Amino acid sequence: MKNKSKRWQSIFLPAFLTVLSIFFLAPIFLVLMNSFKGQFYISDAPFALPDSQTFVGLRNYWSGIQKVDFFSAFGYSVFITVFSVAAIVLFTAMTAWYLVRVGTRAANGFYYLFVFSMIVPFQMVMFTMSKMANLLHLDNPVGIVLLYLGFGSGLSVFLYSGFIKSIPRDVEEAAMIDGCHPLQIFFFVVFPMLKPTAITVAILNAMWIWNDYLLPYLVIGSRYRTIPIAVQYLQGGYGSRDMGALMATLILAIIPIVVFYLACQKYIIRGVMAGAVKG
Amino acid sequence: MQKSLRKYFAVFVLPTLVAFVIAFLLPFLFGLYLSFTRFTTVTNTQWVGLENYIRAFTDNNDFLHALGITAAFTVVSACSVNLLAFGLALLLTRGLRGTNLFRTVFFMPNLIGGIVLGYIWQLIINGLLLRAGVDITYDPKYGFWGLVVLMNWQMIGYMMIIYIAGLQNLPGDVLEAAEIDGASPWQKLRRVTIPMVMPSITICTFLTLTNSFKLFDQNFALTAGAPMKKTAMLALDIYNTFYGRIGDEGVGQAKAVLFFLMVAVIAALQLRATRSREVEQ
Repeated sequence: MKNKSKRWQSIFLPAFLTVLSIFFLAPIFLVLMNSFKGQFYISDAPFALPDSQTFVGLRNYWSGIQKVDFFSAFGYSVFITVFSVAAIVLFTAMTAWYLVRVGTRAANGFYYLFVFSMIVPFQMVMFTMSKMANLLHLDNPVGIVLLYLGFGSGLSVFLYSGFIKSIPRDVEEAAMIDGCHPLQIFFFVVFPMLKPTAITVAILNAMWIWNDYLLPYLVIGSRYRTIPIAVQYLQGGYGSRDMGALMATLILAIIPIVVFYLACQKYIIRGVMAGAVKG
Repeated sequence: MQKSLRKYFAVFVLPTLVAFVIAFLLPFLFGLYLSFTRFTTVTNTQWVGLENYIRAFTDNNDFLHALGITAAFTVVSACSVNLLAFGLALLLTRGLRGTNLFRTVFFMPNLIGGIVLGYIWQLIINGLLLRAGVDITYDPKYGFWGLVVLMNWQMIGYMMIIYIAGLQNLPGDVLEAAEIDGASPWQKLRRVTIPMVMPSITICTFLTLTNSFKLFDQNFALTAGAPMKKTAMLALDIYNTFYGRIGDEGVGQAKAVLFFLMVAVIAALQLRATRSREVEQ
């Protein structure tokens, strides 16, 4: 009995998990494999390895990069994600600290307003928000940062507030008595303590904003393409599209994510665990 | 402290609040208003009462059909994702060698965006259907189950992480006590492990429910509703109504309000489930 369960534990289970891992990675390898095949050999035989007839080297990558102007799409995605996440991490922390510490009825009212926005699906505001963005000339990569700050503030204020409520206010009060300005207290005392939550907020928002399609498409999509918009742009009409360029662009879209994931895996996993409340 | 901080509202709250009002609050309130009007531009609106809401159901069958598809998809994917994720979490908390590597692999698809995921799976599913001489747009069944598989591939890793966290917090002595009492592995799972990770189960269930219910990108990229809007879920149907035909924007907004109310009901259920659990403990 003991032996049997040991063998199960040491041989069958790892073997099973290995097979499962291969299945999990297979879709990405399939796309990678097809990205090296000529565009007319992909739809007809997607599971066939490239051979001397179908192999085209990096040609799909060149055509994909040219067709969607991939490097500028990458640039826009990086710009929008970095600045939106930075704005959200900083400004919602300030807001959450103020609302929790002031704690008046009005402050609580604002807090619940932010929390309320978490349950509103994007479709509810997508039309009016994009009209508003046009009206206020926010339809550019800088303006969209403001939209992300506004739309991402609900979850972030919620996460920060939960953490701030759990930290004692003694240190802050001591600093106040010593004559510190509230901004000094925030930046030198409070914000360093918020670091774990700040990482969670940054990870969750970065995952959302980097992959977001609809908001940037509706607001800036006609002039600026982020990576998801660039991928969708390649789709074109069904059947008439360049499958080779699409496969290559999918791989180019996945590479930055994999690199980021492998570099920050610890924080991502922790962020996901801590942010498991979002709905 | 409270008093001296209060003066600094403009510094601490205003930047977030301005963005919040522009990006969320005004669009939300104005959207609510527009759902009762007929309009083509937002400055030229005409009050029509509940007409848009009635038209959402009577113009065509799209909305009701999308609601049916969405409900079915949400239930199927929430069940399958949670069962598989919980199973994997059980296997990955047995102290095996290589656990971290497996965890890394299973979680990775979650980080890939919905549009990219949609095209990856379109390639695979079309490839599998090739032998039958058809593609994913041939039968709504294909698109539906394709989306279920896609959703599982994307969400299992995420839910697995939350379940692993829950399982690792289990006090070992309770399981040991059950073992000494002669509980079978199945009994230990049923009577000890599952009740004790109930908080994680609640979180994961609602996370998968809302994420599946609100799904857009994956649906849009995989089938875009083909064939004949038969695989269009609610979010996609709302998008199609807004941007499909001029003059239907009000109907789209009315559908969006209904969609919001449905999501709000799920959120309210979640709040209640979480609260009642807190009382028990």
